[in-house]
Amino acid sequence: MEPASGSGSQPLEALLNAALGGDERAYRHFLQEAAKLLRRFVGRRVPQNAAAFDVEDLVQDILMAVHAKRHTWRRDEPVGPWLYAIARYKTIDAYRRHGRRQTVDIADFSDLLDDPAAIPTAVGQDVQRALGTLAGRQRAVVSSLTVEGQSISETAERLGMTQGAVRVAFHRGLAALAKTFGSRS
Amino acid sequence: MTTESLIDRLVADAEARPPETAPPWWLLGLIAPILALAVFLPTIGPRPDIAHSMTTMPFDMKFVDAGLLALSAFLALTALARPAAPIRHRLAWLALPACVLLVTVAAEMAVVPQSLWMTRAIGSNSQICMTAIPSMGAPVLILLLWGLKRRAPTRPTLTGAVAGLAAAGISAFFYAAHCTDDSPLFVATWYPMATLILVAAGALLGNRLLRW
Repeated sequence: MEPASGSGSQPLEALLNAALGGDERAYRHFLQEAAKLLRRFVGRRVPQNAAAFDVEDLVQDILMAVHAKRHTWRRDEPVGPWLYAIARYKTIDAYRRHGRRQTVDIADFSDLLDDPAAIPTAVGQDVQRALGTLAGRQRAVVSSLTVEGQSISETAERLGMTQGAVRVAFHRGLAALAKTFGSRS
Repeated sequence: MTTESLIDRLVADAEARPPETAPPWWLLGLIAPILALAVFLPTIGPRPDIAHSMTTMPFDMKFVDAGLLALSAFLALTALARPAAPIRHRLAWLALPACVLLVTVAAEMAVVPQSLWMTRAIGSNSQICMTAIPSMGAPVLILLLWGLKRRAPTRPTLTGAVAGLAAAGISAFFYAAHCTDDSPLFVATWYPMATLILVAAGALLGNRLLRW
């Protein structure tokens, strides 16, 4: 186990002692030094190929625990063993949660999850409203090319039009929309 | 969130609120027997001939056993409650009450004829022993778990179990004043079983409540 004295001028004991006395700058310095030690501590324990295991997340977990339990440090004991005991506890805790985390197929929950396409959104409603102002062919063409995302040739085939006619209807449709809504923006 | 901004928040939090405080052990040690007494006195109370029985050795040994259990378990708790505090030699003290109990059992078996062993072990208070010790110990266990929750035990289940042991020791200390079965054979049979209920409850609750 590495010595827990900070790399800086003051040992962690002095910093934490001052911090518990209300010295805000000492506390910040203490947490920064502790974070460095913990990053090294965690880095050596986290499995190399654990994709979902984030070193920095765990360091932050430990820092929060150190913060919450700082009153359990006794001023006459070294900070190192105390800090690493908390780190070990939180690391084991994280492993346990990590081990329990399982991946499930989202398809199994299809009846529980909302279909994002079915949720009315402001944009979706605006588009429907805008299309509603167009008539017949123009509406079908604009809808097909923009909302449904079909190509010009697919649209032409489906609507029984030539590709040129589709292009013309599309441009006229867009021009009509621009005329109706464009001036407001 | 970056670690640097977390540190900002922790520093701001430290400025806004003082660190948590834990109730001191002496205070818990003072309240625990009072809680057990508060259940003991209005319900079963001491046996009528207590003044006379106090002069007999087997009766007094029950208090020595229970008292040693309470003290050694309490001592272990104070270590279990702090990260990095050495606990192994503290836990070893738990063997002391067990050894004392075994010695008294051996002494009893040496002087009492074998034909009486079973009668003495079964006694006449086993049911009340199994009910009274857990019920008197329950509020003590809750108190100890509360005190531990505000500290930082890194072995929640073990700590809860030892808290159950301490609660059982305090509870058995008072129950011993009620029970008319003084034979170490009875004590060694039923007291540990009643204790086990509190230990199991403590382990279960500790595992749930003492995580942080």
